[in-house]
Amino acid sequence: MMETEDSDLRKLLKEKDDEIERLKKLLTIKTPAVVEEKDIFVQSDDRPAVREKLNNAEISRYSRQLILPEIGVKGQLSISSASVLVVGAGGLGCPSSIYLAAAGIGRIGLVDYDEVELTNLHRQILHTEAKVGVTKSASAAHACKSLNSHVECIPYHLQLNSSNALQLIKQYDIVLDATDNVATRYLLNDACILANKPLVSGSALRFEGQLTVYNYDGGPCYRCLYPKPPPPETVTNCSDGGVLGVVPGTIGCLQALEAIKIAAGIGPSFSQVMLMFDGLDGTFRRIKLRGRQPSCPLCGTQPSITQLIDYEQFCGARADDKDKCLKVLDPAHRITVHEYNKMLETGSNHILVDVRTEVEMDICRLPHQPINIPINRIGQEESIATIQRRLTISEEKPSVVVVCRRGNDSQIAVETLLKCFKDSDLDIKDIRGGLHAWAKHIDTNFPVY
Amino acid sequence: MALRICLEFSGGAELLFNKTKKHEVTLPVCEKDWTIGSLLPWMRETMLKERPELFMQGNTVRPGILVLINDSDWELMGELDYSIKENDRIIFISTLHGG
Repeated sequence: MMETEDSDLRKLLKEKDDEIERLKKLLTIKTPAVVEEKDIFVQSDDRPAVREKLNNAEISRYSRQLILPEIGVKGQLSISSASVLVVGAGGLGCPSSIYLAAAGIGRIGLVDYDEVELTNLHRQILHTEAKVGVTKSASAAHACKSLNSHVECIPYHLQLNSSNALQLIKQYDIVLDATDNVATRYLLNDACILANKPLVSGSALRFEGQLTVYNYDGGPCYRCLYPKPPPPETVTNCSDGGVLGVVPGTIGCLQALEAIKIAAGIGPSFSQVMLMFDGLDGTFRRIKLRGRQPSCPLCGTQPSITQLIDYEQFCGARADDKDKCLKVLDPAHRITVHEYNKMLETGSNHILVDVRTEVEMDICRLPHQPINIPINRIGQEESIATIQRRLTISEEKPSVVVVCRRGNDSQIAVETLLKCFKDSDLDIKDIRGGLHAWAKHIDTNFPVY
Repeated sequence: MALRICLEFSGGAELLFNKTKKHEVTLPVCEKDWTIGSLLPWMRETMLKERPELFMQGNTVRPGILVLINDSDWELMGELDYSIKENDRIIFISTLHGG
């Protein structure tokens, strides 16, 4: 009896010892040191060592991809000698970098200037709740390193720009565009052409994603397809348009796949071909693209762009996807959330026009019963008639207060309404900073999205 | 003879066209052949309800919209000069930039 108990205890002790060993090992995986902008210029030009043989641990670890005849020992050695720069550690950069790490890419550079926010977590899946406020590059590098400690992960906490892009890109074999704005996309494209690196480009919004490989084996570059940047007002970011996490997740995984195929010497499937993914319809569509354009100012026969330019100026938009603060209205047509709160307290006679979409109205609304006219319908006859009707049923002439999420659309709406009601002396104002300001200054329990 | 074709929109371009991704349309009989060059103004007049500048600039699509003819980049098909044929599928894709 005693004997069996003794042996059970010994077994348990052994299990616990093993567990301690395992945890100790986990603890030794340190977050890789973050590289700041000034340091990229002093970094040496060393590459991941060119490997001639896989060791036993590597053979076991990568066995399931190693036995693929398209990969084999030669392919795995190429993968582990390759370096990939992932620009953007967000919805695309998280899934792509973790698969690159899992596959054993020799060196992974992760570039991001931003810190983790709660609104990122639904799609930027390497960042955890505990990492909110931490730099994204460090958080993603830590996740990659935890999955595969043999991979070298270098987090770069910096914003890629015309003065640092080439220096950084030169140090890598393949570049992934996992960014979120037009200016950085042109910058990355130009830098990859000038440094002659293949660029695996992904993008996603709402339920849709796009993927293509630029500058590979005579294929086109971003400028061959899009010689002129889009007008800034036609560009929607994830914060305004929304995005389902799995959609950039799907595109990010495919970016990793293309990068691994390039690294292994198989070559990509999406050079001069674009993949259009529609997650709502469940369709993947392959599109044949034009080849390299002889007239391209960057990669054509007589290039006029021979060095990096000012991309924010070129695109007329900032190189991030942060909220812009519009200022189109005269201060006389604006009130603060404090002033609006006072209007509510004193029972001031007014019509509240909320210009957000229907979906957003379901999330939250101000305590005063609003008329909902989404911003894209504000100038339409029907909308003006709705406001007119409300004006006429009121005995005393009310004022009109317009609100939106952040105080940008509300200004555009007031501008339009002022034109529509220019023959009346109607008092039309917007609430500065919109619902975000309301949540910050008046009602801290008000939801922010 | 009138031409029946399919127009599709994606990447947000559908938001300008009644939020509908797929439109089966019949182009009326015309003396000259229908081309993409004559289709675009026809679309602007008959289909586009508001803010045409978000779809067109001058006589062509605005920068940032890619046109496909039967799943091929229109650049390979003659762009504005392409002669439209019965049952052609013409797709207008707004480039995505998010991530």
